[in-house]
Amino acid sequence: MRSFGLNDVWYLLIATQWTIYLTVVAFLVGGALGLWLAVVRTGGSRFGNGLALVWIRSFQNTPLLVQLFLIYYGLGLFGFRLPPFVAAAVGLICYASAFLAEIWRGCILSVPRQQWEAADALALTPWQIRWYVILPQALRIAIPPTVGFLVKLIKNSSLASVVGMTELMRAATAINNATYQPFKVFLCAAIIYFLLCFPLTMLSRRFERQLDVSTRG
Amino acid sequence: MSALAVSGVSKRFGSLQVLRDINLSLEKGQMLALIGRSGSGKSTLLRCMNGLERIDAGHITIGGHALSYAPAALRRLRQDVGIVFQAYNLFPHLTVGRNIMLAPRLVLRWPSARAEARAREVLATVGLSEKFDAYPNQLSGGQQQRVAIARSLAMAPQVMLFDEVTSALDPELTGEVLITMENLARSGMTMVLVTHEMSFARSIAHIVAFMHDGRIHEIAPAKDLFARPRTEELRRFLSSTL
Ligand SMILES: Nc1ncnc2c1ncn2[C@@H]1O[C@H](COP(=O)(O)OP(=O)(O)OP(=O)(O)O)[C@@H](O)[C@H]1O
Ligand SMILES: [Mg+2]
Repeated sequence: MRSFGLNDVWYLLIATQWTIYLTVVAFLVGGALGLWLAVVRTGGSRFGNGLALVWIRSFQNTPLLVQLFLIYYGLGLFGFRLPPFVAAAVGLICYASAFLAEIWRGCILSVPRQQWEAADALALTPWQIRWYVILPQALRIAIPPTVGFLVKLIKNSSLASVVGMTELMRAATAINNATYQPFKVFLCAAIIYFLLCFPLTMLSRRFERQLDVSTRG
Repeated sequence: MSALAVSGVSKRFGSLQVLRDINLSLEKGQMLALIGRSGSGKSTLLRCMNGLERIDAGHITIGGHALSYAPAALRRLRQDVGIVFQAYNLFPHLTVGRNIMLAPRLVLRWPSARAEARAREVLATVGLSEKFDAYPNQLSGGQQQRVAIARSLAMAPQVMLFDEVTSALDPELTGEVLITMENLARSGMTMVLVTHEMSFARSIAHIVAFMHDGRIHEIAPAKDLFARPRTEELRRFLSSTL
């Protein structure tokens, strides 16, 4: 039995990199997919809307933990055993795409209908209207809830530890198994998660305040 | 060749018949004012003219285009038919200059230098040259509405439609917008406007149509219509707006 030392903190920080990579990949790819889903959901096609809705509701209404198990062990049964990072990334991408799609759909719908109409009357095409008129306005409204979701994504990336990916949470578990000092180990992990998330929360607050000012009057 | 011809146009919203057999025509360079009580169908008729609302029956020809709902044909029509709304509907995330340049760049595919020159030209026309880099929320309501007029004007339309463009403005700001419209009329623009400004309609419009219950109840040259209303409904409407 050894005790929790500086080396372990260093090890946790190394593993934190993987938490960050995982979150960034899930956010960027899941975000791109989510944006596309949000656009489909607010477009005219019933069929597209229906398909997008099935996808979104499936991932919104099942636990992320179960999704990760399905992707890692479930696909593994059929011979598609994905490497842990890939399995975790795929799970978090699907999860992020569903939640971001719904957040952004709300933002798109909150842009007044008259904006669409004014652009339509200027002979812009539907895609031009989305890209130049609706999405830029939706984006400003979207920043605070999106950052809020990013914080949630960082915290939930800890679930990737269950599919064998060595990120911050799994590293902490491993150190605890060697040291039996759970309070120190997990407090240290909690502090690292806090240091990742707290600045984002503050940033989101600031955006929110700026938005209040710029939309006044 | 008339700039606007509406024939046999009808329109319903669900079970509500909003337009009944509307017939109209307007020569190039003339101004038509639509007046009437709230709910009589003025805005709906105006919005049918550029396809924002669909008609159920009849034909519309405007600015050299026969109205059709095929997307590409409708966009071609809208290049030549501008509309200005009561609530301005400027794009709040773009500066005044960019609001005006957007359609010339995307629709007419002008290079940005040309679009910018055009934007500055139309801004000067509405007397707001110094506001090129301002954002809409930094302007007064009257200034925003003049920018909205400039934004439509930038496409060099054949016909311009105006839906109660001064109704959202404080009385002291309506004047500047009316002057802008008067100048536009003098420059030879064909205009159709829905308005509650009776003195403006009387002195500037060539033709005034009184709408009642989805019909054109009376239509006549402005002076005649106000001086000698022929129907009881118009007489009552005019006395109620004094
Ligand atoms: N999108 C819509 N769906 C259902 N009914 C509508 C719609 N737009 C207008 N109407 C109805 O059609 C009728 C005519 O409306 P319209 O807006 O053309 O009147 P208006 O003459 O412009 O009135 P106002 O002076 O109040 O602007 C009204 O009874 C209105 O409630
Ligand atoms: Mg109206």
